[in-house]
Amino acid sequence: MKSSTIDLTVVRRCDRWRPAELVFWLLPVLGYFLFPDNLVLLTQIAITGLFCLSLDLILGYAGIVSLGHAAFFGVGAYAAGLLASHGWGEPLSGLLVAAVVSAALGFVTSLLVLRGADLTRLMVTLGVAMMLFEVANKLTAITGGVDGLQGMEMLPLFGQFRFDMVGKTAYWYAVLVLFFLFWSARKLVHSPFGLSLKGIRLNVARMPALGAPVNARLAAVYTLGAAYAGVAGALMAQTTQFVALDVLSFNRSAELLLILVLGGSGSLYGALIGTMVFMSAHHVLSDMNPEYWQFWLGALLLVIVLFARDGVMGGLRRAAARIPLLSGGAK
Amino acid sequence: MTILFDGIASGMLLFLISVGLSVTLGLMNFVNLAHGAFAMVGGYVCVTLLNRAGVPFLASLPLAAMTTALVGVVLERTLYRRLYGATHLDQVLFSISLVFMSMSAMQYFFGAQQQPLTLPDFLRGQVNLPGLDMGVYRLFLIVVSLLIAWGLQRLVSGTRFGAELRASVDNPRAARGVGINVERIFTLTFALGTALAGLGGAMGVEMLGLDPGFPVKYVVYFLIVVAVGGSGSIAGSLVASLILGVVDVAGKYYVPQIGSFVIYAVMVVMLVFRPQGLFGRQAAR
Repeated sequence: MKSSTIDLTVVRRCDRWRPAELVFWLLPVLGYFLFPDNLVLLTQIAITGLFCLSLDLILGYAGIVSLGHAAFFGVGAYAAGLLASHGWGEPLSGLLVAAVVSAALGFVTSLLVLRGADLTRLMVTLGVAMMLFEVANKLTAITGGVDGLQGMEMLPLFGQFRFDMVGKTAYWYAVLVLFFLFWSARKLVHSPFGLSLKGIRLNVARMPALGAPVNARLAAVYTLGAAYAGVAGALMAQTTQFVALDVLSFNRSAELLLILVLGGSGSLYGALIGTMVFMSAHHVLSDMNPEYWQFWLGALLLVIVLFARDGVMGGLRRAAARIPLLSGGAK
Repeated sequence: MTILFDGIASGMLLFLISVGLSVTLGLMNFVNLAHGAFAMVGGYVCVTLLNRAGVPFLASLPLAAMTTALVGVVLERTLYRRLYGATHLDQVLFSISLVFMSMSAMQYFFGAQQQPLTLPDFLRGQVNLPGLDMGVYRLFLIVVSLLIAWGLQRLVSGTRFGAELRASVDNPRAARGVGINVERIFTLTFALGTALAGLGGAMGVEMLGLDPGFPVKYVVYFLIVVAVGGSGSIAGSLVASLILGVVDVAGKYYVPQIGSFVIYAVMVVMLVFRPQGLFGRQAAR
């Protein structure tokens, strides 16, 4: 931005949908017809993608490091699960309630998280998640504890589509929710609000001078990320009709960080692509040798951290930069 | 009283393991989540020496520490070194990847089951005083930990090496300028940190158990100690470990319904009000 007049066309152009993106969103449709036997896995991918997207919002865009993002996923899952097991089986309102509950938790914890620097944030997010894990573990009467929450009965979606055994309804349900939320997130990151987040990540000291209330912005995006994660958790609960205690576990938070970095943080598609690559690799590798796939996972992560910090998305971007047709005016 | 004693013993064990983390995280400013993995390596070395090679327990402890330190040095020279200047996020990811790999590797070599450990006769049994039953092993643990705490404190604040270390951490460029070999200092410090982890892991087998899930199960505790105690402060780690050990044991004994909840709550509250920890030298970068 060296010119004195502010040229907004660059910003506007970023907001426009590129052809490659439209092709990307054909993938779920393609997946449906190519792998009709693996719909459950595909649903999981969509849900994890949404979860990863939520972390991307707070980490990739706002730069808040979190080791306990599973807290919101778990709270959303339990909120939706408890609603459904107590007779409120309407899916969409369940999602909404889960989003509101997680957002409330996100807002409250954001006040704690934003006080410290990186290391403190890591510990506080971790601590909050572990606290919730312990609560869910001990409140067996409500959450089912280690055995998990069972006995959910979902009503048909829109009163029309029953959740079937093959998982067709669940799949489309998850994909559509993902698409809608992705579309909103995409709008958001290209809005002035999203740009101010990027500014905060890149230069915290400068943003207040430009008139951006840093803490309020960060709290807002943290709350939003929590709501997204809550919806992802709720989707998980509704489509599998089961909530396991491990929705809140440290492993889940750590794995999510890994997925995001694999895909490339700070790019919405990175979150989705990372999830697709990770879940497919998980599926294939854990079929091959179920016990040791974590080793290869660790090795992969190591390579990414040391040599390819921007993940799959960075690689794609570099490749695309060589092909003018695909880059479509990207820098 | 017995509960207090057990709490102190488990706090001491916690101190033994996490003081190593306090050294790497606090003094070198490296977020090393793989610290538990080093402790696990120490534990496995100790158990293997003891059960398969028939080495006496007291001899296997220093061997475990040294083997772990060796592993630590190799990793430091090849991998950790590249990430000293990286962001905390990168360090977290890097060490998580080490954790994953170490867990799988241990499962591959030793299987998923708990490793048995038989203590030598003179460390078994109890000392009974009126109103207080002390396990001999726990007593041993406390003594060793106190010795190590004292030695470390002397090392960091009273020797030339300690002064060089503090200088290298506070201002690497100036330290280099006055002729301190910063790389060597960091390697040695890292070796020290991992040796302590290995020793703690070996001594902890009896109380914490040992299986491939060890690094993930306990890393949170180690981090809490460092975060609450204030990174880089040995006295802080000691106090924090003791508080944590006593609160944990007492909490689990008196109010088992809430389990570990108290610890996490204490930590979060702590960090919110004193982000630099109880005895922090300075706020984290």
